[in-house]
Amino acid sequence: MASLCELTAAELSGRLRRGECSAVEVARACLDRIAAEDAAVGAFLSVEPEWALAQAEAVDRRRRAGETLGPLAGIPVAIKDNLCVQGRVTSCASRMLANFRSPYHATVVERLLSAGAVIVGKTNLDEFAMGGSTETSAFHPTRNPWDAARIPGGSSGGSAASVAARMVPLSVGSDTGGSIRQPAALCGISGLKPTYGRVSRFGLVAFASSLDQIGPLAQSAEDCALLLETLAGHDPRDSTSLDRPVPSYTSELEGSLEGLRIGWVPDHFTEGLDPEVAEAVREALRAYEGLGAELVEVSLPHARFAVAAYYIIAPSEASSNLARYDGVHYGYRTDEKAMSAELEEERRALQAAGDAQALEEMDSALVRLYRRTRAEGFGAEVKRRIMLGTYALSAGYYEAYYLKALKVRRLIREDYDRAFAKVDVIAGPVTPAPAFRLGEKLSDPLAMYLFDLYTVGANLAGLPALSIPCGFSREGLPIGLHLQAPALEEGRLLRAAHALQQITDRHRRRPASPGPGGTEIRG
Amino acid sequence: MSSSPYTIVVGLEVHVQLLTESKLFCGCSTKFGAPPNTQTCPVCIGMPGVLPVMNRKAFRLALKAAAALHCRIASFTKWDRKNYYYPDLPKGYQISQYDLPLCREGWLDVPGEDGEEERRIRIIRVHLEEDAGKSLHDEQAGRADSRIDLNRAGTPLLEIVTHPDIRSPAEAKAFLQELKLLLNYLEVSDCNMQEGSLRVDANINLHIPTPDGTAATPIVEVKNMNSFRAVEKALAYEAVRQWQAFQETGRKLGEVPKQTRGWDEHAEVTRPQRSKEESSDYRYFPEPDLVPVTVTQAEIDEAEASLGELPADLRRRLRQEYGLNAYDAEVLVNQGRPAVEYFRRLAAASGDAKAAANWIQQDVLRVLNERQIAITRFPVAAEALGEVLRMVRGGRLDTLKGRQVLAHMLQYGVAPQEAVDALGFEEVDDGELRALCRELVAANPKVIAEVRAGKEKALGSLVGQAKKRNPNVNPARVKEICLELIART
Repeated sequence: MASLCELTAAELSGRLRRGECSAVEVARACLDRIAAEDAAVGAFLSVEPEWALAQAEAVDRRRRAGETLGPLAGIPVAIKDNLCVQGRVTSCASRMLANFRSPYHATVVERLLSAGAVIVGKTNLDEFAMGGSTETSAFHPTRNPWDAARIPGGSSGGSAASVAARMVPLSVGSDTGGSIRQPAALCGISGLKPTYGRVSRFGLVAFASSLDQIGPLAQSAEDCALLLETLAGHDPRDSTSLDRPVPSYTSELEGSLEGLRIGWVPDHFTEGLDPEVAEAVREALRAYEGLGAELVEVSLPHARFAVAAYYIIAPSEASSNLARYDGVHYGYRTDEKAMSAELEEERRALQAAGDAQALEEMDSALVRLYRRTRAEGFGAEVKRRIMLGTYALSAGYYEAYYLKALKVRRLIREDYDRAFAKVDVIAGPVTPAPAFRLGEKLSDPLAMYLFDLYTVGANLAGLPALSIPCGFSREGLPIGLHLQAPALEEGRLLRAAHALQQITDRHRRRPASPGPGGTEIRG
Repeated sequence: MSSSPYTIVVGLEVHVQLLTESKLFCGCSTKFGAPPNTQTCPVCIGMPGVLPVMNRKAFRLALKAAAALHCRIASFTKWDRKNYYYPDLPKGYQISQYDLPLCREGWLDVPGEDGEEERRIRIIRVHLEEDAGKSLHDEQAGRADSRIDLNRAGTPLLEIVTHPDIRSPAEAKAFLQELKLLLNYLEVSDCNMQEGSLRVDANINLHIPTPDGTAATPIVEVKNMNSFRAVEKALAYEAVRQWQAFQETGRKLGEVPKQTRGWDEHAEVTRPQRSKEESSDYRYFPEPDLVPVTVTQAEIDEAEASLGELPADLRRRLRQEYGLNAYDAEVLVNQGRPAVEYFRRLAAASGDAKAAANWIQQDVLRVLNERQIAITRFPVAAEALGEVLRMVRGGRLDTLKGRQVLAHMLQYGVAPQEAVDALGFEEVDDGELRALCRELVAANPKVIAEVRAGKEKALGSLVGQAKKRNPNVNPARVKEICLELIART
């Protein structure tokens, strides 16, 4: 007997339309599941039962009144906590914004609400989306629903875990270097990073503006298509948003893959790839051949520089984007009394020592306010990236680092252009290995960064890419398949992903529930 | 200046606020004087997650200014972030333009003083950027009572940087006046220094001829000048200070780091500003939230076509076509485009450009001043005033009476003839006037003798007497007739 919260959004949508269940029942099922299981998973930073039920009731009321409802009417959705929801905390999993309430809705939140989606809460992430394990959250880590000792991936770890643990059918994440696809892969669900500009970034708290993109996480490619239809579209409030029509992804899901040219990159299967992951990906490629697709070898010669370029560009932009968190206008501010006392004490000590120069060079109250606020408000990984970026943009280093990284970025883009002249889709692994253990890479940032090696290319090139489950390790951990396509070819990706999900059931598998289930389905 | 032992070399960096309704990257009003923090939104106060969207109108105004400054307008221009921390800069960076500014290499001709040739001041670059907010606090004390007003944050600013072509404090002032006039004409900026819509920093040093060639003193950036007069005074002060410092220390350019000094309005001195504040690395990089802007030839053509006649053109035309002297042309043009238009109509209606210029300067402007109105609201049409001028020119009225007629027209809103009638300024018949003059010449032999002896001034007494007899006589005509009679007798 499956609980309502275990159904896909597409299934739920049908039942809701046919009156087999109400939006309130669905919302309750999800809220119950969250209440039962999230203590063990830690997917959410905030849950909004009252608001969720009120939204669900409104949907039911409108349905009873015979009104036309949006495509997501009554479907519960979780939102990554770096997306602004008016009047509610948007913390970015940072101490800096722990109590910050946004005065406005992100464009995607407005779109979700007008599509009738029921927002149930906000999910955990690496602080300011900087990380690949959701361990850098200032509040608590999220655990992988398949193995509580392991990370769910990141930075949209909370979003991925919330879907994997069947607490919500749909979750919205953001992807700067793999932050949707990598946790989707490690949690055994589907996740898509759209083309840069496909989804408005207005209201997404910026990490790296030229790379950030909002996208769907769900149980299936079909659900990703459903959610993307609502998220995507031009927004005059985002200058980088593309003014191009949004195709009907859901109605274009079906269709033969006969003749689809799928590229694979030999380099992906050499150094450092876990053999189990390699085998699962190869099996998926064979399945595609079985569906009539043609496998073509392609090369992305500059891909090996992608991580290096990414970890210059992303931190550079981040160092500037995060400058606004200074304790002056909003968010965390250091204890000013303690600060004044500290300054006074220092001044006295220097006076006593007769150190005139040190006295002269002492921080002003303003500078000390900045220093203390940022030292206390940001976690170690965020500080590391701010320092990296500040260094890379500094006079004397700018050309050698930032400009060089931009050149590499252009070469990577050109690699993709050449590859996509020969193939329609590029397939490969999402991560070099299944989910690692909590704490395993926390003290080794470089190992953590290298985990992004397959995903950052799509961000640097601005291309759409998705991750779908393609297997499990012997330990029972999910493995993801990465599909990348030319700009604005989300439809092609979803079609390919959907086709595989029609002949396999890995996306249907779910982790054993640690707690009691939700509402039983009647009939 | 030729006797001076040095040449003053000045370059200016001018910021002007553009006359847009809304800010550069959001829809907030740019109106001056609203209560603090009432013209703000999540975008201009830098809330998490917001994005900028360029104001097209600001860009068009900037293009117009660039075209008027004879600049080369870039076909591709982009935005950059200038990173620094300050409480009135809510994002921690200012959106500006760094290596691909809107335009480069232009010039502005500045009228010379007292009829001197105009001088060409070259412009290095012009770019658009957003303004910061305003901080009000006591920096010395470092107390926690600072206040920040973000109404101004995000207002579009045009930064104009000149080559170091300016050679005197007076010329710096003249450049600023000409720039202000130009931008007023273009309706690009009101350039009001009191309201902060024009701000200026100056770089100044001295070139000193020495036996080993020309020595240059270290360049000093002077800030905190709050009026054109302050600019002139600060630069004059700074030139003398640098000359003295050079004589004392012999320090040259490159031997000490560039210094920033602030003008102290009350003490009338420049003082060094803290060196800590200068040594900034702004870590410029391309603004990823905005797309680069391409400028088409059509847009440049449109900007050029929208300029109309600029102050320098108008001054030239007033001199060449209307025969005005440099001074009159300058005064008229300085009054703005509508005043020049009024002048043209008045000159046409009166048939006397010089008189038209005089009447505008002496009479019309006085009224505008008294009533605090613009010339577009001056109640007497140029054509009506032209009729009065024609009466004066034709001898029907003397200047004094002409003024009285104008005053009457202003007071009662009547036509010139009506005013003349109401004031009883009838034209005196020439025969009648001759009879009167004959009487006067006959009755004043002493005066006639003086006139004959070459003292034409003595005629004034006859004119006076004639006016006493009939207030409507035309003094010039009286003089004319009397001289004729004296010559004949």
